Amino acid sequence: MMKILTKNFGVPDSHLLKVARANGAYSSLGKLFAMKPEDAVQEVKKSGLRGRGGAGFPTGTKWGFVPKGTGKPVYLVVNADESEPGTFKDRAIIEKDPHLLIEGILIASHAIGADTVYVYFRGEYYRQWERFLSALKEAKEARIVGERPFIHAHRGAGAYICGEETALLNSIEGYRGVPRIRPPFPAVSGLFGCPTIINNVETLASLPYIIREGGEAYAKIGTEKSRGTKLISVCGHVNRPGVYEIELGMSIARFLAEHAGGTPEERALKAVVPGGSSVPVMTAAEALGGCLSYEGCEKAGSMLGSGGMIVMDESACMVRCLADIAKFYHHESCGQCTPCREGCGWIKKICERLEAGEGREGDLELMLAVADNMQGKTICVFADALAMPVKSFVTKFKDEFEEHIRFGRCPR
Amino acid sequence: MPKITIDGKTVEAKEGTTILEAAKLVGIDIPHFCYHPLLTIAGNCRMCAVEVEGQPKPVISCRETVKEGMVVRTNSEMAVSTRRSVLEFILINHPIDCPVCDQSGECKLQDYYFSHSLAPSRMTEKKVKKPKAVAAGPNVVLDAERCVECARCVRFCQEITKTNELTIKERSDHSEISVYPGAELKNPYSLCTVDLCPVGALTSRDFRFKKRVWLLTSTPSVCDHCATGCNIFMDHDDGIVYRYRPRENPAVNGEWLCDEGRLSYKRLMGEDRIVFPMIKNGGDFKRTTWDDAVSNIVEVIGSADPKKIAVILSARASQEENGAIASFFRGKVGTQNIFMSALEEDTGFADDIIRDKDKNPNRKGVAEIAPSRLDDPKKFGFFFIIDELPERELMGIISSGPKGIVLITSRFDFRLHYPDIVLPKATFAEQSGTFVNRNGLRQRFEKAMDPKGEALSGVEISAKLMEYFLPFVRGG
Ligand SMILES: Cc1cc2nc3c(=O)[nH]c(=O)nc-3n(C[C@H](O)[C@H](O)[C@H](O)COP(=O)(O)O)c2cc1C
Ligand code: SF4
Ligand code: SF4
Ligand code: SF4
Ligand code: FES
Repeated sequence: MMKILTKNFGVPDSHLLKVARANGAYSSLGKLFAMKPEDAVQEVKKSGLRGRGGAGFPTGTKWGFVPKGTGKPVYLVVNADESEPGTFKDRAIIEKDPHLLIEGILIASHAIGADTVYVYFRGEYYRQWERFLSALKEAKEARIVGERPFIHAHRGAGAYICGEETALLNSIEGYRGVPRIRPPFPAVSGLFGCPTIINNVETLASLPYIIREGGEAYAKIGTEKSRGTKLISVCGHVNRPGVYEIELGMSIARFLAEHAGGTPEERALKAVVPGGSSVPVMTAAEALGGCLSYEGCEKAGSMLGSGGMIVMDESACMVRCLADIAKFYHHESCGQCTPCREGCGWIKKICERLEAGEGREGDLELMLAVADNMQGKTICVFADALAMPVKSFVTKFKDEFEEHIRFGRCPR
Repeated sequence: MPKITIDGKTVEAKEGTTILEAAKLVGIDIPHFCYHPLLTIAGNCRMCAVEVEGQPKPVISCRETVKEGMVVRTNSEMAVSTRRSVLEFILINHPIDCPVCDQSGECKLQDYYFSHSLAPSRMTEKKVKKPKAVAAGPNVVLDAERCVECARCVRFCQEITKTNELTIKERSDHSEISVYPGAELKNPYSLCTVDLCPVGALTSRDFRFKKRVWLLTSTPSVCDHCATGCNIFMDHDDGIVYRYRPRENPAVNGEWLCDEGRLSYKRLMGEDRIVFPMIKNGGDFKRTTWDDAVSNIVEVIGSADPKKIAVILSARASQEENGAIASFFRGKVGTQNIFMSALEEDTGFADDIIRDKDKNPNRKGVAEIAPSRLDDPKKFGFFFIIDELPERELMGIISSGPKGIVLITSRFDFRLHYPDIVLPKATFAEQSGTFVNRNGLRQRFEKAMDPKGEALSGVEISAKLMEYFLPFVRGG
């Protein structure tokens, strides 16, 4: 299997420049700097790389939105906020191969013409931030990173919503981390009102391969709509939780068996959330018939999202799981849009009541109605990110929810 | 210009006009909380959602601009149900204090619930509790539970006063409007946040619990606290003014009022109000009748040399009052010694929002009638003073050893001993008239109530003087 992102993960001290270089770090730069920026953009377009932050937007296309000749600086912002439950793959890159990320940053900066870069770290990623700083220091000392682009390593204060790209920009600017209304899109008017490209850590870490080996080589990996490889962070009821690189298109069944090592005590699989807590849950049947690609997950009733997989076996209580998710979203909604601010708390309270055995006739219909009223009606997709789990949990595991109401307790 | 249809009506609107504003042009009022024409767009309340043909999701009309051929529906199933759901969401944690809430009767939440929802509550969970009756500043009281988080107040303090006292703190349904630590909401326009607040979250300390708003009568008027002449509604009941509210006028005050001007209504009802003619008798002032007071005056002016009579008009009185008094003295009494006076400038009061350093509402106007100031009081013996004089001018008159002073005013402190007769003048709330503002704009104010006691407007007073004066000169 082709390793693009994780090839150095097993190498001892892979975060040190010396080791990283011996394993090929920064080897794309010679070729990169011989390329015109447009050609680098073209190469990434050719690769078919899609953003790994969750939305899966084609990276080269996004770069193409940066307007030319505005006279304003262009910023590159690296999204290392990674706060979604179930997602912990960017962390692995930063810890184990920070030079891969720095190389990616240099590539993206060259392509879009950015001379300032902000890397926005999740507040809790303190060690990862330190690791990045020491790698950056080494790269500077080795004159791999020069005066420009200037790379800032910015720590957030610990809010999931600051991973949403426009809230992230507000946070960097020193304002409350609340999402901005689009348009304007950040590519046109982003950080400090200037053209800005925001990319996920994993997206950037995929670039060195694309430049070194060519977009076409990358496009040969994966499926037609999902090119390349992807990190899947898997947790929950599996024997080997962790971060694995897969070729996009791999079946979930194979992933669970080969990488995740199956469920503990070979208990039956009940459900899989494939792409972080905000995507719809899959039933075991959906999961076992599905595969890990953007289109594959959609076909199986969910989304690939960030690739943060949460596995639930038969011992899991789906009401409890949804209550946990709701608790998280209630805590994290930025609160500016009415439906999200009020809806998250309402859903959470109903879930908690169900869990406590105080569910009532009509609760499920009410939850679905509230979710409906939240979805697609807000400034950012945070509200959808709770509405989708609610709808999928309640409809796909209806029996379990009804049992909670009927028995007045968790039947498990 | 893009042409669009809204609920079947065709509207042509300038490029960049929002759907909500275009709808206004054809008389369709799209419900909204966070939108305000003089503030930036927040787009957070989601109340203004409409359906746009071809769009799968509801569109926020306060932000989306018109595009040629757009077909907008404000009453489709999608629009109606989105509005209802927004109201439901707002209400699940709303305290519904209406019976004790000052906003009741002019509350957007209350009004919209009645006009757009009427759905029974589906919320059975415990509501979120937040601080109530908190002093946000000297003039404004905050009830965080009633807040709909529209951020209008926050944007006002950022964008208009640029004082930044307010923010929303915390997240989710525990997010809460708040004053920054160590700050106080005490900018000179703080009460505008009360007007802007669509609900009863921000209330005026002054007006709180004074009156249910549906008992008030609103009379269009003009603030007389400075030369800007902000347009106001004077809200009153039973002869008592309870508050001023800004009346929109883009050429003058937009939708703002300064706190000082807004609270200047209290002057109308101060303890120094004069409601009867008063005459000095020995050391004291005694109440007298109009007949007695005017007879006394007429006797003096009828026999005095008109050159010895000086009349000092006021930049605080209306055009009509100043005009009537001037024309009586010029035309009938025959004195040409008509002067103007005005309160001194207060440079500290001026700002670049609306306040002007000239604290007289009608300086430009009175100057049209009598441009010059009284320079040498010694030339005269009898003085007719309208309203009040700056101290220096008054001292000049008093020290010139006048033979008689008549003061025509609505307020007077009797410890100041100088007039011989005081005639009670109606306040500007008690008559209609015109002020000419700093830009020469002639602004009309309407009569809100009858004069208190026996007070008469300046126009009526000059008519009365005339009534007594003509027989006197004819007879004499
Ligand atoms: C609530 C919310 C949280 C998000 N959190 C993250 C995050 O932690 N990391 C991330 O890369 N993208 C996150 N995103 C997606 C970003 O908004 C954005 O799409 C992404 O950073 C773009 O990078 P990409 O094109 O390289 O994927 C989040 C989006 C939402 C709505
Ligand atoms: S949807 Fe939720 S998180 Fe997103 S902007 Fe609105 S309130 Fe904030
Ligand atoms: S803000 Fe409006 S709805 Fe709320 S208590 Fe006051 S009057 Fe009632
Ligand atoms: S206090 Fe009033 S104006 Fe301010 S955010 Fe709340 S509802 Fe809006
Ligand atoms: S008025 Fe449009 S979102 Fe609030």
